[in-house]
Amino acid sequence: MSILINKDTKVICQGFTGKQGTFHSQQALDYGTQLVGGVTPERGGDKHLGLPVFNTVQDAVNSTQATASMIYVPPFYAADAILEAVDAGIKLIVCITEGIPILQMLRVKAAMAGTGALLIGPNCPGVITPGECKIGIMPGKIHLPGSIGIVSRSGTLTYESVHQTTAQGLGQSTCVGIGGDPIHGMNFIDVLSRFQADDQTKGIVMVGEIGGSEEEDAAEYIKAYVTKPVVAYIAGQTAPAGKRMGHAGAIVTGGKGTAEGKVAALKAAGIEVCVSPTDIGVAMKRCL
Amino acid sequence: MNIHEYQAKQLFQIYGIPVPDGKQVTTPESAEQVARELGGEGWVVKAQVHAGGRGKVGGVKLAKNLAEVIDFSRDMLGKRLVTIQTDSSGLPVNSLLIEKIYPIKSELYLSVLVDRASERIIFIASAAGGVDIETVAHESPEQIISVQVHPAAGLQAYQCRKVAYTLGLKGQQIKALEKIMQGMYDLFLAKDASQIEINPLIETDSGDLLALDAKINFDDNAVAIHPDIAAMKDPTQEDDKENEAQQFGLNYITLDGNIGCMVNGAGLAMATMDLVKLKGGLPANFLDVGGGTNVEKVCEAFKLILSDSSVKAVLVNIFGGIVKCDVIASGILAAIEQIHVAVPVVVRLEGTNVEQGRALLSNTGLNLYAADDLAHAAEQVVALAEAV
Repeated sequence: MSILINKDTKVICQGFTGKQGTFHSQQALDYGTQLVGGVTPERGGDKHLGLPVFNTVQDAVNSTQATASMIYVPPFYAADAILEAVDAGIKLIVCITEGIPILQMLRVKAAMAGTGALLIGPNCPGVITPGECKIGIMPGKIHLPGSIGIVSRSGTLTYESVHQTTAQGLGQSTCVGIGGDPIHGMNFIDVLSRFQADDQTKGIVMVGEIGGSEEEDAAEYIKAYVTKPVVAYIAGQTAPAGKRMGHAGAIVTGGKGTAEGKVAALKAAGIEVCVSPTDIGVAMKRCL
Repeated sequence: MNIHEYQAKQLFQIYGIPVPDGKQVTTPESAEQVARELGGEGWVVKAQVHAGGRGKVGGVKLAKNLAEVIDFSRDMLGKRLVTIQTDSSGLPVNSLLIEKIYPIKSELYLSVLVDRASERIIFIASAAGGVDIETVAHESPEQIISVQVHPAAGLQAYQCRKVAYTLGLKGQQIKALEKIMQGMYDLFLAKDASQIEINPLIETDSGDLLALDAKINFDDNAVAIHPDIAAMKDPTQEDDKENEAQQFGLNYITLDGNIGCMVNGAGLAMATMDLVKLKGGLPANFLDVGGGTNVEKVCEAFKLILSDSSVKAVLVNIFGGIVKCDVIASGILAAIEQIHVAVPVVVRLEGTNVEQGRALLSNTGLNLYAADDLAHAAEQVVALAEAV
């Protein structure tokens, strides 16, 4: 089994008829994702990419029984889109959008508490179970069905990890890009716990970066609860303090959130930490 | 986004947060004029730059008479101020804030920010104001109090009282602090701030509370919905190249090394810098050309990197996902020819259509190296930079 999504997962797209929504919906369909429709207000009743368009997420859920949604709407509309999905009972919400104001995400997270809905992102590449279901902007072709669970704050470093584990012949069970924003949905621990419980996953790659303390929290969690081998990499060792490195959440402030601190915490928990981003695949194979 | 102290204090006034009497000026003559209008026994002359640590390097001076106001203003205006928070070239002092001096009984610290771990807006306060809060946190954490605000409930009066009593405030000061905290909270929400810091918040001899300094940062993701805040941006306080990069949708940060880096994705860009260092080189910049890059972006990225004369070699690291490698390779070739790139360029491509991409980059007659893998590419670019 994979985690979060599989070949039976029914997915809708919010922002379906927009440029991004259209492009990545087509890519998802080509990959074999069970995309069953999409939502664009005032376009209900139309067909797009051969699929039904709905005015509201509730309409889409009622008609298609979708349980997952991928969101490709502009940043100032994304908080609304996430909450609409929650309200309609969507279980897994994947928000790709970059640039959502942090105060909007703060309110979204508070409103989601207790609803049971899971959020991946925002500002993330999405989630993929190779060969079964792709929800996001990652290139499907580089993936290989296999045994490694990948969880990362960075999009392209997820691809890098996928590429290397594919090259080693290991393949991936599920890959989750949790996103580069300071306030986001599922964190490392949420994903690690699912990988630990998943039979298909034999090893875990965890890619972190500067900013915040989620890697440190994950290190403690792994030490206590994860028995599968974990290989970690932390980006941003050469990043100057006080500068935001592309991602809104990638910033060292007041001496907190440094790469050194994260590497030290992971090592103290007995986790193999790659010095070079090119060693992830080799290290994973060695640790299995 | 950062703004100047004088701008922050203007916002404070709108939100009912008391600040010293004062005014921003751009000439020594107007500085004297303002001091005369303010009256009193003495004035403070404060250089307006987007950096802390001004006091230690002559950016904040106490003038005992009008002649000193003019002298200090003349000294500061037009100079560059180098503080512990700036790089070695410092920031230009284009304006000053002239304020009345108040007798200080005690200095407090008060700030509000988004706490990532709790996903809440929190206030941080300390009776040890006037010094760097990180130092206080390190040396005497018991002197720091923080309160979390629930987004549905908003800031409560009891939370303000809790802070006030911890700070040792009494009587009328309790209400005064509540008003200040509520003003900060309202301002924070209304303008999408990411941090508001008052350090120090002073208690005057007569017991009044005043924001002696003011620092506000805004969430870059929200500036577009606040035109009044966007208008406060002062590009002279930012790196020219970083400003230029923003216009082309590129994320660029200047660093001290000699190896230019062009990468797609923030995480991979950081990892590439780290790898260059690991192989014995030093990155000249962080540059994320974004996921869906094109020829125009690659050209602009090359121009930015090469406008730094210390760059001796360039490493291009692109993981072609949605954008195919052959398309990117054509873009790189076009860019190199179009802007006459003279330094050696090492290109590592991976992903969709990688063979076609690499084929395009080999045997071009240009000073161009197509690397097989990332580790090799990093070694190669470090060697090339050293050979120059």
